Amino acid sequence: MLTYAARRLILLVPTWLGLSLFAFTLSSMSPGDPAAVILSRELDDPPTQEQIEEFREQHGLNDPFVVQYAGFVADALRGDVGISFRSGKSVREEIGARIGSTLQIAIPAFVASVLVAVFFGVLASLRRNSIGDHISRAVALMFESVPSFALAYLLIIVLAVELGWFPVAGKGGLPYMVLPILTLTLATLATTMRLTRSALLDVLSQPYIRTARAMGVSGRRVVLSLALRNALIPVVTVAGLILAGFVTGTVIVETVFAWPGVGQYVVAATFSRDYPVVTGFVIFTGTVFVVVNLCVDLLYTRLDPRVRLGGRVGHS
Amino acid sequence: MTAIAPTEAAPAAQAADAAEKLHPFRQFLSDRLATTGLAIVLLLTLAAVFATALAPYDPTTIDPVRSLEGSSRDHLLGTDELGRDVLSRLLVGARWSLGIAALATVSVMFVGTLIGLVSGYVGGWVDGVVMRVVDSLLALPNLLLYLAIVGTLGPGVRNVFIALVSISWASYARVMRGLVLSVRERAFVRASRSLGAGNSRLMLRHILPNVISPIVVLATLQSGGNILALAALGYFGLGAQPPTPEWGTMINQGRLFLETHTTLLLYPGIAISLAVLGFNLMGDGLRDVLDPQVARRSH
Repeated sequence: MLTYAARRLILLVPTWLGLSLFAFTLSSMSPGDPAAVILSRELDDPPTQEQIEEFREQHGLNDPFVVQYAGFVADALRGDVGISFRSGKSVREEIGARIGSTLQIAIPAFVASVLVAVFFGVLASLRRNSIGDHISRAVALMFESVPSFALAYLLIIVLAVELGWFPVAGKGGLPYMVLPILTLTLATLATTMRLTRSALLDVLSQPYIRTARAMGVSGRRVVLSLALRNALIPVVTVAGLILAGFVTGTVIVETVFAWPGVGQYVVAATFSRDYPVVTGFVIFTGTVFVVVNLCVDLLYTRLDPRVRLGGRVGHS
Repeated sequence: MTAIAPTEAAPAAQAADAAEKLHPFRQFLSDRLATTGLAIVLLLTLAAVFATALAPYDPTTIDPVRSLEGSSRDHLLGTDELGRDVLSRLLVGARWSLGIAALATVSVMFVGTLIGLVSGYVGGWVDGVVMRVVDSLLALPNLLLYLAIVGTLGPGVRNVFIALVSISWASYARVMRGLVLSVRERAFVRASRSLGAGNSRLMLRHILPNVISPIVVLATLQSGGNILALAALGYFGLGAQPPTPEWGTMINQGRLFLETHTTLLLYPGIAISLAVLGFNLMGDGLRDVLDPQVARRSH
């Protein structure tokens, strides 16, 4: 188990390095000299050429690409992903100040989305080809096709503008959270639902389920205690995919609803050409993804002993 | 919705049997959902191709006197805040929204397939490096990487296109490489190698034709994704710049009239959804026909 974990961990290193290289290359390609930008914020007068040159020398901006990249990686590993051009605060601080708002809508939406998706996925696979199955698949297909910002505006138009039940946008109490959470839930539902349905169908056709049925285990017990547990394994393995849906979703939903989270901040940063924020966000999210995928892999081995044993056999 | 119901009724085993009996093309046409998708895609393509002929007005001509009108005989879908005809903008917008997505899909398919083909065929450290790059690119949601690239290069259609192509080749490369590995050592490949076929001939004439179907399926499904990504970037204001009538950009402009003129948001929203739905239906249908292995697993 430990060697397996260690092996997974080592495999993640090149992935993370690739991401950081991507982020660093982008930031070094960005137009505008960071020295000039930072100096003109710190000084009252526009900086002179000598001042810029001195700053560049001091902060290693004249070093070769590889040296700069190594410094960038070392900083990133210590949690320092740069300083915002616009505010002068570290990107980590800026993200830290907003991540709470993002989680405020992301966590309820995640819980709701997974519960609803698994519920309908199970229902659809049990009543395969029933009207309910077709309706749930049609609904899934619809939510996969409607862009989440269009869905958000549809909900705003009906529930906020026409019916006046909720405020249109902004941050406040609970009423302000309903529409963002609802949009995020609906926008992320389809993937999980589809996966649950197909995984459960797959498991239900396995011989051991037939055996259990033949031995007189009740239908509900077969599904809930035998099939669902195994069916959820493939669903867990694509947690990264589901998480990707949420990250993309929050970026869009926060922009539509003017919700002051990380996503909205990054979109605003792309506009104000605040490159360190964009780069820092790529590194930040990339790290989250790499860690989540590692956890998923390890969880997977706990859920499905075949992988663990297979890994050991392959290793010896 | 009940009308669509019977089409997916065939159990996987039957579908697999049918795949052997029917020509894939006829099988595809017998799938009502898939043909619906095909019809939507064809219709929108025609609208895009003949946009200027079909559009009753010039999509960028401003008419301040007739701004924000509802539907009328003159303006079937009304006018926007500058008095421009919404129907004309949607039609010409199809050229931008679908055209760029199509161009990106085809370019990405070409680039990704080629990289995957060579990587899988050559193997060794080349394969190792390529696959680590692929891993890194697939580790993050595409839209974020698009945002980062367009944010760095600046807004505009050209940069959006660059972003789409430079990121999304990865999924093709991975799929293609896996397929190449699975056929590389098959008898027919070894046979033609022993007959003296060179590397490029082996790759292009023997391996590629045997692994192209899943790539076509992937490309169809990705077309929908590219349309969505393009629309999202347009919505952020990073895509086509006004007065270009790109659908996502139209929604970005229309949101100012959210509480008074909802149709300015609704019509482009419907157009995008319809296009994505068309490609998704078509892709699902193609997958059932061309890739029964995958189809069996996912149904």
